Amino acid sequence: MAKITLDGLRHSYMPDPKGPQDYALKSLDVEWQDGGAYALLGPSGCGKSTLLNIISGLLVPSQGRVLFDGRDVTALPPDRRNIAQVFQFPVIYDTMSVFDNLAFPLRNRGIEESRVTSRVHEIAEMLELTSMLKMRAANLSPDNKQKISMGRGLVREDVNVIMFDEPLTVIDPHLKWKLRSKLKELHQKVGVTMIYVTHDQTEALTFADQVVVMQEGEVVQIGTPVELFERPAHTFVGHFIGSPGMNVLPAELRDGAAWFAGHRIELEGPITPGEGRHEIGIRPEHVSLAEAGLPGRVRKVMDMGRYWIVEAIVEGSDKTRVAAMVQSDPTAVGDAVHLAFRPDQTRLYRDGRIATTRQGGNA
Amino acid sequence: MRKVNQKGWLFVLPVVILVAFNALVPMMTVVNYSVQETFGNNQFFWHGLGWFQDILRSERFHAALGRQVLFTVTILLIEVPLGIAIALAMPRKGFWVPVCLVTMALPMLIPWNVVGAMWNIFALPDIGLLGYFLNHVLGIDYNMTRDPVAAWITIIVMDVWHWTSLVVLLCYAGLVSIPDAYYQAARIDGASNWAVFRHIQLPKMKHVLTIAVLLRFMDSFNIYTEPFVLTGGGPGNSTTLLSIDLVKMALGQFDLGPAAAMSLIYFSITLLVSWLFYTLMTRHDTH
Amino acid sequence: MKKRAIIPILYIIFLMLPVYWLVAMSFKTTQEILGGFSLFPQRWTLASYRTILTDPTWYWGYINSIIYVTLNTVISVTVALPAAYAFSRWRFLGDKHLFFWLLTNRMAPAAVFALPFFQLYSAIGLFDTHLAVALAHCLFNIPLAVWILEGFMRGVPKELDETAFVDGYSFPRFFARIFLPTIKSGVGVAAFFCFMFSWVELLLAKTLTAVYAKPIAATMTRTASSAGYELGLLAAAGTLTIIPGAIVIWFVRNYIAKGFALGRV
Repeated sequence: MAKITLDGLRHSYMPDPKGPQDYALKSLDVEWQDGGAYALLGPSGCGKSTLLNIISGLLVPSQGRVLFDGRDVTALPPDRRNIAQVFQFPVIYDTMSVFDNLAFPLRNRGIEESRVTSRVHEIAEMLELTSMLKMRAANLSPDNKQKISMGRGLVREDVNVIMFDEPLTVIDPHLKWKLRSKLKELHQKVGVTMIYVTHDQTEALTFADQVVVMQEGEVVQIGTPVELFERPAHTFVGHFIGSPGMNVLPAELRDGAAWFAGHRIELEGPITPGEGRHEIGIRPEHVSLAEAGLPGRVRKVMDMGRYWIVEAIVEGSDKTRVAAMVQSDPTAVGDAVHLAFRPDQTRLYRDGRIATTRQGGNA
Repeated sequence: MRKVNQKGWLFVLPVVILVAFNALVPMMTVVNYSVQETFGNNQFFWHGLGWFQDILRSERFHAALGRQVLFTVTILLIEVPLGIAIALAMPRKGFWVPVCLVTMALPMLIPWNVVGAMWNIFALPDIGLLGYFLNHVLGIDYNMTRDPVAAWITIIVMDVWHWTSLVVLLCYAGLVSIPDAYYQAARIDGASNWAVFRHIQLPKMKHVLTIAVLLRFMDSFNIYTEPFVLTGGGPGNSTTLLSIDLVKMALGQFDLGPAAAMSLIYFSITLLVSWLFYTLMTRHDTH
Repeated sequence: MKKRAIIPILYIIFLMLPVYWLVAMSFKTTQEILGGFSLFPQRWTLASYRTILTDPTWYWGYINSIIYVTLNTVISVTVALPAAYAFSRWRFLGDKHLFFWLLTNRMAPAAVFALPFFQLYSAIGLFDTHLAVALAHCLFNIPLAVWILEGFMRGVPKELDETAFVDGYSFPRFFARIFLPTIKSGVGVAAFFCFMFSWVELLLAKTLTAVYAKPIAATMTRTASSAGYELGLLAAAGTLTIIPGAIVIWFVRNYIAKGFALGRV
């Protein structure tokens, strides 16, 4: 087990990258603590698989270093890094039994057979595969195959990190949930550092202690699921996490305050100095229909079961819709309403990044 | 699951008619000949299974069958491993892939008698490139019209030249269909190159290898034109394979009865071996 | 370049050597060929090619071959298409046995059929016609075409058919307008293999023809045996038979590897 440090990583698939647009990864500095459960979250094509392959050693980065416990492993091949990886589609050795599949990484490393047997049984027990050990792996269902892939990572006692590359893609929806909680349980039991790559926010938020959100080759925020939800450091995070995502409203700065559609909006705290494109961000959870507030007209009402999502256009803004999550008494389309923003959850973003500091708190 | 629809017969009818016309009528003719005796003048007499007994006991047939089995086994033992090795060493992407595929497939598109003629010219002792090289550069006495061993080696090398590409192309098709993740997982699992071959590449090639071996068995067992043009079955009878012997008997000597009986035995052997091999290879598959 | 690239390179050199020798021979004069060994033609001559391209018995051989090969390819693929569709989409009485029986015809030694074919096609008055050879080659080409096409068609989800029928397509229109374009690479591969096996086969083609439909391959063997060793001529004729194959293969280069691999075993 090890602490993993990514130091100034950049990667381009082109032999001769010109500008930042040619890079799949643009300058990354991240530290992953030993034994943590991390998720790497971002839309398809944001560079998360590239990053994963760099950590596992399947790719050598164009620039920067990968450190395991301070030791530079950037140039080491995967088999000398002591890492394990579970792929999107289950990789199993068709001709072998489940037992032989699990034993394969150990036998390749010349571990004595008695140790192999006990270790395989231990892991099979953990993964609930014991009853299938004698079966041919090729005939199993996708979720069991994926468990075998995981098992091949877990049997090795010396692994520094286990990485999961969207491992639930081919699993049936009702089994996804089961496998995910199994994974969480395994992490608590064995305490190996795990990195879980996904574009699915539910998977990321339920699995990880720390979520790394990526966009276009950059890390935009690292934080606990709660932090990401409550105080997105970037409009992308606000938008990507949560359902529906955060309202992002065009704003202008006047007299040291933020204005939206001609209305002055109260923010969580003082605005940091700077110039750029400004936006106000507030989650629908913190917008309510009230007696007073921004006057608007309802354009859409969605019944979500236990609550309603009301979308309204505020007077004075052209087309920007503001979503509000209301618990009761929804209005009808066309109604005139007033929208109230909770000031301590209302933030200003400059060029995407947060530009307010919390009253009395840190930035 | 496919639906039951007897209309399917309507769709396959043209195929059945055309193939049956070509297969059943001649096959009936052969069966008919095989149980009759003729002394010319289109007079035929019932001969029962006599020809079959004669053929099965005849030394000539045993010898031809022996040569045929030796030939087929030899070329399979060379072409299959060689084809796998070449397919493994081929580039997976880039400019060279189509170049390799096209040059490798070329021998298969040359008419079979031209293949024979080409190798004949190539192997002529004093004026052929191969013959000249062996005789005058390496100093080996090589003449396939006199020496049965030389003749055998030449027809085997010719067949390897002609058909190894089929095995290569099939294995290559199997190899490129393996997702990268398999290789990556194997590297992470610390697998050696041999383990990767044994546990990933070979199992994934099983399907195409079955086809390759079946086709190579069938076609090499039925081979006629190339060795006939190259050696004419000689020197002596040393390269007279089954088909060559059959044509000699049927068209050369016009021994219709024995030739027909031999045809049926010959066809049955091909069918039986193909079926056995196919059953063996697909025994474990559960679709 | 990686070290293992040496294997395919050596193999390709091995493949090209006899071809080179054939081509080199075709540009040599008869005296030079019989006069002794020379790696390159000393005096280039096009005499052999001139003979072939001006003598009708020679060039008609090519035309005959191309006619019956084309005819066979068209017939084989046309009848194989509906059959492959039926095999890939439906179950019907005896379908598996039928499929296997079709494939067994691929295993029949051509030598077995030589004489009966001669008698059959003589009896129906087709002896020495292009159609006779084209039909005879159907024996092994139709099963092959059905086999390849069935593999490609099975890869097309049957929802495509169902959607089209729901949209009100009639079967023939669906087949021609939607299904065929979807599997056109499969049709290409099947046509390629039919072309290939019909082009390279000699025994049946020779048996079924005498004068009018005589294939180039037969012309060659007769020249080689009757007029003694006219090696230059033989080499030139051989070289010319490689060209159609090379052209066809270039068109399907991206599909050849796939063609067989998709078949059902």
